[in-house]
Amino acid sequence: MTAHVRSTDFVETSAGRLPATVAAIPVEVTPKAANDQGDGPVPAAHENTDQPTPRSRFAGLAEKSGEWLANIVPPLLVVLALGLIWEMAFSSPTASLPPPSKIWAEAKDLILDPFFVMGPQDIGLGLRVMTSLQRVAIGFGLAAIVGVLLGALVGQSVWAMRGLDPVFQVLRTVPPLAWLPISLAGFRDANPSAIFVIFITSIWPIIINTAVGIRNIPQDYRNVAAVLRLNQVEFFWRIMIPSAAPYIFTGLRIGIGLSWLAIVAAEMLTGGVGIGFFIWDAWNSSRLPDIVVALFYIGVVGFVLDRLVAFAGQIATRGTAAS
Amino acid sequence: MIAPVNPTLHTTSRNENRPFLKIDQVEKSFKRGKATTHVLRDINLVIERGQYVAVIGHSGCGKSTLLNIVAGLTNVSSGAVLLEDQEVSEPGPDRAVVFQNHSLLPWLTVYENVKLAVDKVFGATKSRAERHDWTIENLSLVHMTHAKDKRPGEISGGMKQRVGIARALAMEPKVLLLDEPFGALDALTRAHLQDSVMEIHARLGNTIIMITHDVDEAVLLSDRIVMMTNGPAATIGEDLRVELPRPRNRLQLVADPTYVRTREAVLKFLYERHKSPSLDTAA
Repeated sequence: MTAHVRSTDFVETSAGRLPATVAAIPVEVTPKAANDQGDGPVPAAHENTDQPTPRSRFAGLAEKSGEWLANIVPPLLVVLALGLIWEMAFSSPTASLPPPSKIWAEAKDLILDPFFVMGPQDIGLGLRVMTSLQRVAIGFGLAAIVGVLLGALVGQSVWAMRGLDPVFQVLRTVPPLAWLPISLAGFRDANPSAIFVIFITSIWPIIINTAVGIRNIPQDYRNVAAVLRLNQVEFFWRIMIPSAAPYIFTGLRIGIGLSWLAIVAAEMLTGGVGIGFFIWDAWNSSRLPDIVVALFYIGVVGFVLDRLVAFAGQIATRGTAAS
Repeated sequence: MIAPVNPTLHTTSRNENRPFLKIDQVEKSFKRGKATTHVLRDINLVIERGQYVAVIGHSGCGKSTLLNIVAGLTNVSSGAVLLEDQEVSEPGPDRAVVFQNHSLLPWLTVYENVKLAVDKVFGATKSRAERHDWTIENLSLVHMTHAKDKRPGEISGGMKQRVGIARALAMEPKVLLLDEPFGALDALTRAHLQDSVMEIHARLGNTIIMITHDVDEAVLLSDRIVMMTNGPAATIGEDLRVELPRPRNRLQLVADPTYVRTREAVLKFLYERHKSPSLDTAA
C-alpha cells in the first residue's frame, strides 16, 4: 500500500518539476508507475515503451536523469536539515542525547569499518548484522515455505479455512516478544528460540495473504485447469502460485518487515552477537553514540530487505501484473 | 437418417448407427436452501460428427449452462450427455472449451499457453520436438506465430481469442465448445475471426457447439441452429438446419434467399414467439 502511494507521489512531483518531458509520454508514465511496486518508475517507463521513436527515446533519457535527480535531491535535503536541527538541539553540554558531531567523534570506528574483528565480543556492526540476518534468513525462509503451503490449504479448502482461520486470527495478534519465554522453555537454547520468534511473527501475513490470493483465483483459470485435467501438484505450480503471486509477495513483504522488527527485540533478550544484543549491551555501558549508529544500520538493512522482496516480487509477477 | 451436412467428411456406416454426441433428457436445477430454480429441462439433442451447431437464445436462458454440462464443468440434475457412448461426468481435453473471455494464463506467453495444453494432452504420446512442432502448427492455424513470445497482456482481444482457439484445437478435441467466442470483440475483428473459424472447420472437420446471441453469426457459421426458449426451465424451442453450401462467403450470402429465410426464421423465433421478458422492462 505504502509503495503505491510513494510511487504516485513521485510521479506528481516529477510532473511538477519536469512538465515538458513527462507530458511527452504521459500515458506510459502514469499506469506503469502505478503498477510498479515503487521501485523507481524510471526503468519501467523506459523499457516498456512500445514504439521507441527517437523523440520518446530522447524524452525518456532526459526524463530518466531528471527523475533520478528529483528522486535523490529531496531526501538528501531533508536528511541534512534534520541533522542540522539535531546538532543544534543537542549541542549543549548538558544535553541528554549526543549530537551528530559527538557520534562521529566517539563511534567513528563503528561507522567507518563495519567488518573489524577485535575479539569474540568486539566485532564490527556489519558482522553483527550478518549474524542477525542469518537468523532472519532461517526463520523467515521457514515461515515463507510453511506460510505459503498453509495459506494454499486455507485458501483452497473451505473446511480448512473454517477450522484454521479462527486460530490464526487469534494467534497473529500475539506480540512477537510474548512468544519468547515459551520458545526459550521449549528449545532450551537462545538461537533456535530467536529463530522461532522470527518464524511465528512473520508467518501470519504470509498465510493470510496467500489464502486471499488463492481464494481470488479467477474461476476461468480453474476451468482451464479442469479441462486440461491438471492434477493437484500441477495445479499448485502452474495455476495457484503464479495466480496468487502478487498476494503472496505482499504477504512476504510484510513478513520480512515484521521479522526484522522481531529479531532486534528477541536478540536484546537472548544475547549473542546480533545487532539487537549490541544495542542492549551499549545501553548497559552507556554508549549512546553506538546505539545511534546501530539504529541507522538496522534502518538501512530493513529498507534493503523490504526492497529485495519487492524486487523479487516484481520479477515473479511481471506477467500477472500486466493483465 | 440425416445426411451429413459437411461434404468433406465421410462418416462410416458404423458411426451412422450410433450417435456421436447425444444429450439425453438433460435437466438442470440449482438448489438454494429450500428454493429450487429450474434452469434447463427436457434437453434432447443428437449431434453428428463434424457438425457445426449453434445454440442461440436470449441471455439468461441457460445456454451457457448447457455448454458447461457438455464440457463437464457443471453436473446434470438428471439425464446424461453421451460422447461416443461414454457418459460425460467430468471435464476433459476431448471437449475443449474456448471461453468467452479467452481465459489465457497471463503469466505465460502465447506459446507457453498453448504448450501447456499440448504437454498435458500429448505428454505421453509425443516427443518434446513433436510437441513443439504441434504447438507451432496450431498457432500458425490461427495466424499467431508472429506473437508467440508475447504475453496475453500485450496483444489485442481478437488475438487473445485466436490463441484461445489454438489452445483448444491443440488438444485435438472430439468436440470443440465455443462459449460466445466473439462476444467481446468489435464487429470487424469478429468477422475476421468468424472467417478463420470457418476455414479451420472446413480444413479439420471438427464437431463444434457454439453458444451465441448473434443471429447472423449463427446462420453464417453453423449447419444447424438450436434455439432455446426463455428461462426459467428453458428447453429447445426449435432445431433448424442451415441448408447453405460451403464454403460460405459473407458478402454473397447477404442476398442469398436461403440465408435470408433462415435468418428470418431465427429472428422470428427470438423476437416474436420467445421475446425476452427482460426486453420490455429493460427498454
